[in-house]
Amino acid sequence: MNTGFTVIFRRDLLVAMRHRGDLANPIIFFFIVIVLIPLGLTPESSKLGEIASGILWVMALLASLLSLDSLFQNDYDDGTLEQIIILPQPLYFMVLAKIIVHWLVTGLPLSLLAPILGMMLSLSDEGYLVLVLSLLMGTAILSLLGAVGAALTLPLGKKALLLPLIVMPLYMPVLIFGANSVQLAVDGFSVIGPLAIMGSLLSLSLIVVPYVTAGALRLSIQG
Amino acid sequence: MPDTNIFALRNIEFHRNGNLLFSDISTSLESGDILQIEGPNGSGKTTLLRLITMALSPCLGEITWQGENVTHIREKYLKDVLFLGHQPGLNESLSVEENLIWWRRLNKSNSLTDSDALKRTGLIGYKSISCSHLSAGQLRRAALARLHVAEAKLWILDEPFSALDKEGSSELKILLLEHLSRGGIVVLSAHHDLEIKNMKRISLVSSR
Repeated sequence: MNTGFTVIFRRDLLVAMRHRGDLANPIIFFFIVIVLIPLGLTPESSKLGEIASGILWVMALLASLLSLDSLFQNDYDDGTLEQIIILPQPLYFMVLAKIIVHWLVTGLPLSLLAPILGMMLSLSDEGYLVLVLSLLMGTAILSLLGAVGAALTLPLGKKALLLPLIVMPLYMPVLIFGANSVQLAVDGFSVIGPLAIMGSLLSLSLIVVPYVTAGALRLSIQG
Repeated sequence: MPDTNIFALRNIEFHRNGNLLFSDISTSLESGDILQIEGPNGSGKTTLLRLITMALSPCLGEITWQGENVTHIREKYLKDVLFLGHQPGLNESLSVEENLIWWRRLNKSNSLTDSDALKRTGLIGYKSISCSHLSAGQLRRAALARLHVAEAKLWILDEPFSALDKEGSSELKILLLEHLSRGGIVVLSAHHDLEIKNMKRISLVSSR
């Protein structure tokens, strides 16, 4: 295994564990919204069940977006990023490690928690497995694509607006295929198509994104 | 002389936002040489140091290491480079020791244990303390602990004496001299005179 990958992976996981409180933020957000929706819309399970897949997916996307800020910001502020960039190690694998850790602490718990929230929205039984599967892949793609945006906006102090603007268009296909796959499963159709597309999106971004992000990070420290 | 590490800057020129920051910077260093970069605030000292670490690339000119342009031997060159920037590069939520450990695993390092390195920087009592609880001077010392474990030949230090107390400064100076006597090369920026013999200097002038 690549040394850069393992060392940065373990380091970032350790840092994430030290900030357990922050990790809960996107999940709490996800949870609160899902609890509020039946109150605001309708508690009728047939109506909720119809829109459950879409709502779960939109909220997962927003929750993931919320967590992007932290991806590189601390390392950028304290000078660690500069140290990492000038290491005699390929930046590609170190960036990949950072993104994977980000997914492990945001996307993964979110995906595993989704069935419980699905239950609150009376999602039909057929949808659960596909919901988890599509979210597992989908949140990984979101973390990857988000990393590009996070790296590009690093040197800008206030990026609350710019970051979503950059990543939203990239997020859209993920949302469309993700929510669609769950809906198809609920309606009893085959879900192989959308899931296969998400799988290919995931593998493509897994290969390309670390390159692009590494380039953006190199640029960011030139400011 | 294959054993001498020759480091050279040739006619380095750098522009920032269309303004010339410095031009025609040339120098060459051999084993045991130390170079001090001086100049007023904003004259580009840090920029020049970052050019040397390859974090930035010069607009004109080249940097050579053992006779080869560093852009051609990036990984080999960076193995020989240690850079300590203005910011310490220490994560606040990790302890002093944890911060040292990940760094040394990714760089060529010597056999000195982490505890010994921290002992020499006077931080052994703070080994498991998280970096957010350290003072500026202690953070600087924690960053300097890397100098003890590094195998790198070329040290690039950006204001290494800032925030250090008297004792810390003299310890650092001894460390630098030891490195030079082992055949290492030091490039640093500092505002005061270090009183080291045969020191080379580059003086940058304010561009505006």
